[in-house]
Amino acid sequence: MSGNGAFQERVGRADKPLDRIGVYVCHCGSNIAGTVDVEAVAKWAAEKLGRRGVIIARDYKFMCSSLGQELIEKDIKELGLTRVVVAACSPHLHERTFRKAAQRAGLNPYLCELVSIREQDSWVHSDKHAATEKAKAIVSGGVERIIHHVPLEPLRVPINPATLIVGGGIAGIQSALEIADSGFPVYLVEREPSIGGHMAQFDKTFPTLDCAACILTPKMVDVGAHPNITMLTYSEVERVDGYVGNFTVTIRKKARSIKTELCTGCGVCQEKCPKKVLDEVFEAGLGYRKAVYTPFAQAVPKYPVIDRVNCTYYQKGTCKACEKFCPTGAIDFKQADEIIQVQVGNIILATGYDLFDPRQIAQLGYGRLANVFTSLEFERLTNAAGPTNGKVVLRDGVTTPQSVGIVHCVGSRDRNYNNYCSVICCMQSLKFAHLVMERTGATVHNFYMDMRTAFKDYDEFYQRVLSEGALFVRGRVAEVTDAARLPGEEGKLIIQVEDTLLGKQRRIPVDMVILSAGLQPRHDAQETAKKFGISCSMNGWFIEKHPKLDPVATMTEGIYIAGCAQGPKDIPSSVSQGAAAAARVVSKIQQHEMALEPIRASINQDQCSGCRICNNLCPFNAIAFHADRVVSEINPALCQGCGTCIAACPAGAITGTGFSNEQILAQLEGLLMLNIDVDGGRAKPREEGVRA
Amino acid sequence: MSTNGNHNKPKFAMYWAASCGGCEIAVLNIHEKILDMDANFDVVFWPVAMDAKYKDVEAMPDESILLTLFNGSIRNDENEHIAKLLRRKSKILVAFGSCACEGCVPALANLSSTREIFDAAYESVSTDNPEHLRPIPAYAMPEGEIRIPEFYPTIRTLDQVVQVDYYMPGCPPESHQIAAVIDLVVQVLQGKAELPPAGSVIGAFGSTVCDECKRTRDVKKIKSFARIQDFRPDPALCLLEQGILCSGPATRSGCGALCPLAGAPCVGCYGPANGALDYGARLLSAIASVIDSNDPEEIDTILDGIPDPAGSFYRFNLAGSVLHANRKAWN
Repeated sequence: MSGNGAFQERVGRADKPLDRIGVYVCHCGSNIAGTVDVEAVAKWAAEKLGRRGVIIARDYKFMCSSLGQELIEKDIKELGLTRVVVAACSPHLHERTFRKAAQRAGLNPYLCELVSIREQDSWVHSDKHAATEKAKAIVSGGVERIIHHVPLEPLRVPINPATLIVGGGIAGIQSALEIADSGFPVYLVEREPSIGGHMAQFDKTFPTLDCAACILTPKMVDVGAHPNITMLTYSEVERVDGYVGNFTVTIRKKARSIKTELCTGCGVCQEKCPKKVLDEVFEAGLGYRKAVYTPFAQAVPKYPVIDRVNCTYYQKGTCKACEKFCPTGAIDFKQADEIIQVQVGNIILATGYDLFDPRQIAQLGYGRLANVFTSLEFERLTNAAGPTNGKVVLRDGVTTPQSVGIVHCVGSRDRNYNNYCSVICCMQSLKFAHLVMERTGATVHNFYMDMRTAFKDYDEFYQRVLSEGALFVRGRVAEVTDAARLPGEEGKLIIQVEDTLLGKQRRIPVDMVILSAGLQPRHDAQETAKKFGISCSMNGWFIEKHPKLDPVATMTEGIYIAGCAQGPKDIPSSVSQGAAAAARVVSKIQQHEMALEPIRASINQDQCSGCRICNNLCPFNAIAFHADRVVSEINPALCQGCGTCIAACPAGAITGTGFSNEQILAQLEGLLMLNIDVDGGRAKPREEGVRA
Repeated sequence: MSTNGNHNKPKFAMYWAASCGGCEIAVLNIHEKILDMDANFDVVFWPVAMDAKYKDVEAMPDESILLTLFNGSIRNDENEHIAKLLRRKSKILVAFGSCACEGCVPALANLSSTREIFDAAYESVSTDNPEHLRPIPAYAMPEGEIRIPEFYPTIRTLDQVVQVDYYMPGCPPESHQIAAVIDLVVQVLQGKAELPPAGSVIGAFGSTVCDECKRTRDVKKIKSFARIQDFRPDPALCLLEQGILCSGPATRSGCGALCPLAGAPCVGCYGPANGALDYGARLLSAIASVIDSNDPEEIDTILDGIPDPAGSFYRFNLAGSVLHANRKAWN
């Protein structure tokens, strides 16, 4: 194809009346008009694309405003437009806005196309002339493409009213209660034996210092007792099939070795079990549990689990103490994992975070120097139900520290580990400082980079801890060591730090060091994201649909995220997100059915030779192979229109509505301005034999 | 074959432009059907089979030849001249064989400059050319100027030079398909059938070679590429799944999947299937999408197992592809 001549030949003479196309060029205030001469683009389109069917071209300050939309609607009605091209921002932002406007005026919404002259033009160029010329090309491409559009109808699918929530921390609990209280069923999956999450490990919560258990356990009990909530603890999601409104989730219920229908939660088994196991999860390695255990006294559900790796019976074949003493005969050593499937319409992922492992920063001494603690260890130390019954003592279990150093930003805001701020550490460290002083009277030094106390009542709490006498050293800790050099350092941990306010190096001897470790994405966050068809950011947190305007939805319809799985956050924010995700889900459920975008791929069954190249590529498992007919087929309800299979099909047997070869190639010809001053409507179809 | 002096029979012509002669052999290979041709047609021009001069063709009235099978691509001005001449003289012009349809193997020369092509042809170690002679299009002799055909920078397909009525793919087209087309034309002449719509592909089907291949197939995951001389492939399993670069998934059906059924990978001589615009790009993206790795370095290693990617993916289709030639060809 070369020049307008070849294009004219391909287009031929108009064999049907031309479409009546309207072109609308948006200024977007100065966002577009600052770089692109929008008036010139509109005038050019009316003149040069008139023979392609453009009968009106206008520019307007804000096309997306109600006045701008009314302008388009009026033209559709009064001028009888059959197609509309809007040149404005990215289709991500306003495609639906303009398609709805077209629909209100009686036009099929898919006969309206938004082309981007902002993200793809004005924002990335500074040369006004060149940007204006590019805008013309983009408009020309849009016009040539819209000629090939066909009216499409959305696919309507019913929405299953049940919801799956993954993760039984505070965010997941909040979501579960909100949805269940609205009258809809919830499946709450938690991989540990009890719900509660990290919050259940804490003693006090900032800034009000309420007892975490006092505010959390009533909610946990509500979840356990709620008629609309099915709790699946000690369980993990294995597989997700289906699509928004109709997910089928396969869940592995790990064998508890306890018959829950018989167990009363009396605790005799835990009492009698002779095997003590270091509790690395709930007690952060500071305390012991039994081989048959509930992680903590207020665990929900109340049923224990037998840890088969540590249970004497499973390892050596004898013992069965628990079975002997169980008053209801609830122990079942032969129980096997159970695979169940549940049908849900929406899914909320509230899978939380992992703590940064401070062993990675060797100079801070954790794991090497006994009295260096992580923040989670300290939470357990201060917890009244914890291994020391709430006594703040050194690793020996008896000595009360006289002086404590709290190191902020461990593994956060550090290009060697994580660039981001873990959000909660400043407030958590202040809480620790308060608790140490309250319980031991020890001197407390905080080592901070910047204090970030930017939410309701947070800075007041900072002022309070300051007034209580906590000391603050602005500087990053270089080293924690037990190598004494100066008098008074013997037997102490020495914190070597540059005090950046004094401008000098200091050595501060203390008895105990607490490392305020940052929050990290779950170690298996990538796998989880893949399982549910969503993405992780560079740092590994789940990506929201829009960082500001849609923080709990994801790019995959029907999958929502809440709490720390989306990024580090404190309890109030986690609860807010849990509730927000629930509200989004409930509003979806109450629509009863939903319209799926009709942008779908389909396989021409005559042309498909069943080579199976596409079979493994579909991220939504929408392609099935029929061995009897030796063809592949796409389930339109599962297909999200991503186009992967279309690109891969070597036979060209797969096409996508809204993105046919015709539409894409026509848009290219438009971009190359091959259509300028060419008569006629639709180009001849580019089918077999006819080559451009 | 003779013209028998019967001038009432419809006229038939066949011509070879830049081609190897395989297409002519394939026509002769239709066995006794050749007698049907002789009975139904008056062969007026067929350089490989009978003597004729271009000026005889030039003297024929326009559109006086009913059917012309044109094989070979357009390499020089002689090819172009005859293509235009036969277009003018023929009612039905068929691009016959891969060269005419899409350029075929000779069109891989579109990846080289004319100078490089001549270096290979006139100066390589196997060429005895002590005087370093090179073709000169026009040369003045005492008797007057003599000319040889002028060499074009790129090879073009027949439809890049003239309007083509039908396409008959294959390198060469399979004889049973040629016989079927001859049958069809004879039936049309007898009023028993209708011609397919102009622009159609004839003598082939619409889907791909996999449709005719009887090897069993599973989902495809390629960890490494191999060639048939490297190992003994499973005789019943899809060759591509065994890591052999088989072009069957992208290639138009109609040949009967002869090569893969004999244990050799399809090389793609029947060209793109219905609906595919650029054969090489289609095959390339299909193969790329079944590479079984997410590690960039491993992917590179796997892809290194494909010898001569341009020659593998565009063996038959370069001139007819969207790309047509690389920039060097125009230098």
